[in-house]
Amino acid sequence: MKSLVSRIIQAGLVAVLIGTATFAMMRALPGDMAWRIASHRYGYDNVDAAAADAVREELALDGPALPALLRWLGDLARLDFGNSLVSGAPVMDEVVHQLGASLQLAVAALALSLLIGPPLGILAGLRPGGLLDRGLLVLSTGLRAVPQFLLALVLILLLSVGLGLLPAAGHGAARHFILPTVTLALGLAAVNARIARDAMARIAAMPFWRFAEWKGLSRRQVLLRHGLRNVAVPLVTYLGLQFVTLVEGVVIVESVFGWPGIGHALVHAIFARDVPMVQATALVLGLGFVLVNAGVDAVTRTLDPRGLA
Amino acid sequence: MTKIPALAAALMLSVPALAAAEPGRPLTVAAQFEIKGAEPSTSGYIFTRMGITETLVDADAEGNLVPGLATGWQVSEGGLNWSFTLRPGVSFHDGSPMDAEAVLNALTIARAKPGPLASLPISGMTAEDGALVITLTEPSAALPAYLAEFRSQIMAPAAYDADGQGIAVIGTGPYRVTNLTPPLSLDASAFEGYWGAQPRIAEVAYDAVSRVETRALMAQSGDANFVFGLDPASVARLGMSDAVEVHSVAIPRTLLLKVNAGHPFLNTPEARRALSLAIDRDGIAKAVLRYPEGADQLFPPSVSAWHSDSVEPLGYDPEAAKALLEGLGWRAGSDGILAKNGARFALTLTTYPDRPELPLVSAVLEQQFRQIGVALTINSTNSSEIPAGHQDGSLDLGLIARNFSLIPDPIGTVMSDFAPSGDWGAMNWDNPEFVELVSGIARGDGDDADRTHAAEILQGELPVIPIAWYQQTLAAATDLRGVTIDPYERSFGLQDLERTE
Repeated sequence: MKSLVSRIIQAGLVAVLIGTATFAMMRALPGDMAWRIASHRYGYDNVDAAAADAVREELALDGPALPALLRWLGDLARLDFGNSLVSGAPVMDEVVHQLGASLQLAVAALALSLLIGPPLGILAGLRPGGLLDRGLLVLSTGLRAVPQFLLALVLILLLSVGLGLLPAAGHGAARHFILPTVTLALGLAAVNARIARDAMARIAAMPFWRFAEWKGLSRRQVLLRHGLRNVAVPLVTYLGLQFVTLVEGVVIVESVFGWPGIGHALVHAIFARDVPMVQATALVLGLGFVLVNAGVDAVTRTLDPRGLA
Repeated sequence: MTKIPALAAALMLSVPALAAAEPGRPLTVAAQFEIKGAEPSTSGYIFTRMGITETLVDADAEGNLVPGLATGWQVSEGGLNWSFTLRPGVSFHDGSPMDAEAVLNALTIARAKPGPLASLPISGMTAEDGALVITLTEPSAALPAYLAEFRSQIMAPAAYDADGQGIAVIGTGPYRVTNLTPPLSLDASAFEGYWGAQPRIAEVAYDAVSRVETRALMAQSGDANFVFGLDPASVARLGMSDAVEVHSVAIPRTLLLKVNAGHPFLNTPEARRALSLAIDRDGIAKAVLRYPEGADQLFPPSVSAWHSDSVEPLGYDPEAAKALLEGLGWRAGSDGILAKNGARFALTLTTYPDRPELPLVSAVLEQQFRQIGVALTINSTNSSEIPAGHQDGSLDLGLIARNFSLIPDPIGTVMSDFAPSGDWGAMNWDNPEFVELVSGIARGDGDDADRTHAAEILQGELPVIPIAWYQQTLAAATDLRGVTIDPYERSFGLQDLERTE
């Protein structure tokens, strides 16, 4: 209960800090805001002084900064995120649409990476230095070293253009999920396989493991009763961190596969000086991290209750 | 841990499964333009190109104005009163009639927003029986062409909210929107109540895909049947594929160097001509753009009324360029860069990466200008820095792609860019003879000789330095028949396509 309250306070502080910091950063960026917004609204063929002046007047951009920030914070308290300066649509609608698309991708990729990475890592960790262990090291180093941009293009070339099995890009149908998910999952699995392997190798070398074998349990029984839970603790902690890498990877993968996600939205909003959109996206991502960390804490505490006493 | 895959499966199931819907296989268009919403002033060009909305006046492939939602137009003696007769029996996608009130409503909203309509000397618009009447304070012969521009598109009254903001795309075109999901996708299907011929392909879709590599691969794999915005390398590769055919057409868009003619180094026609002579246009066209040739004047041959065979073509002669600059008192300094009165001939060239060829061409220009002793610093930034730099006077040179056909009659762009200057045109250049000439053409008093003379003035004074004329390329699936590219970039021509099975 106490930890829940502290997390809520933390979330509130994160919200105010992110909102203020993004607001200040957007104001500090070089270039005139009215011109930037107008160029994103109307495109480079049509942006001119008249368009910029109209934007400046409509959005009252010449006004002082502090009241604008306070107004945003006040609206935030009423859960009103305002309207996008570029499209005029409510920011919340855009964020929900794009965050939803990103989350689907992120969760699917994380799930797939868990199906690939940890099982292979555990098998390798049970026989450190074995053929699987060495092979996995080469494979995961290789996969991690390939930029996701390149991996995505290679997968499209092989599976869409070469074999015609899957759509190259797009969004909407279930089959559109497969390529971006695999691209992200391979990068994630490359690392969580190593984490699982190291944890497994460390645990398998501990005295309690040898004791369990000595008392007559089969290898499978030792792993299920004493191994998995121990391996899971560092793995779950690391998954929280991987969420950060995932957000990073999602930006690139989304743009390659034409996926309407939050990373894509954030980058475009920054270029367009779409302040409410940047604030809301950064806020949602920031609160997402708080949520993920709280979740990771809760799960590790259940897995390893020793610290509670 | 077993819960996570189950969660993923649940999320995946919640995604609408389109895979089974094969019968009306949609024709998918992929291009780089993102949809900002149902607002015509920002995303209207996507709606007109997809055949969803229409304008009162249309333009054919030669840029001649033809009837659209208006069947004809008359202008009064003196040129101040224009009457546009509306096509009878046309209804919007929501069933409401396309009548004079609806047209007046749409154009009144459009005129209140930034755009070309706002620049016209309109004193009033009224809805009359089956016609829209526009009253001007001074004659403007190009008025019908302004009504062909995408921001003058006619949407139903229900498409706008109380503030005039577009909230739904309700047009009169052969296709009606079935699903609009900004920023990346739009689905449409044939509109049974269309006034013209029914389209043969019933379902169409638009995908905004920002990466050119992905668009090219989508064309190759058949995920998109109509792909625009290809880079030269993709065009070469797609040319070898059996699944797609690459079409290309010259369009009225010119790659040019916008020059600050008030800059102390650039305030004489000789100095601007020296820069022009330093540019190897054919080299840039062949090596960077993969076009057959560079531009030898501002207006491409497709803008036939303004393109002139009689002007002396722009050439490449770095030695002559050096001689011109020497005549202006410039001498080479120790680093090879020209200097005069202690000032180095160093300029900043501003450009924007929205069109991927611009930064490449600016890098080539840096090399070519160095040959004649001019140092360039390239600033590749947001496109708005060019008009902003024009306004505050800080711009030296801008490398831009200028479209002369947003309004199908180039006089609109010529007026806004060169009479006497404009955010995307001449800067600190004032030629009273030119202004008088084109003002006459705009009123409707000019003839072809006046247009040729105006083109000669631009060629002699070089307020902007032309480099290349653009070509639009399109990768279309080979099973499509009736593929055309509209040089005026007004329509994708989807309603005229059919599939050969």
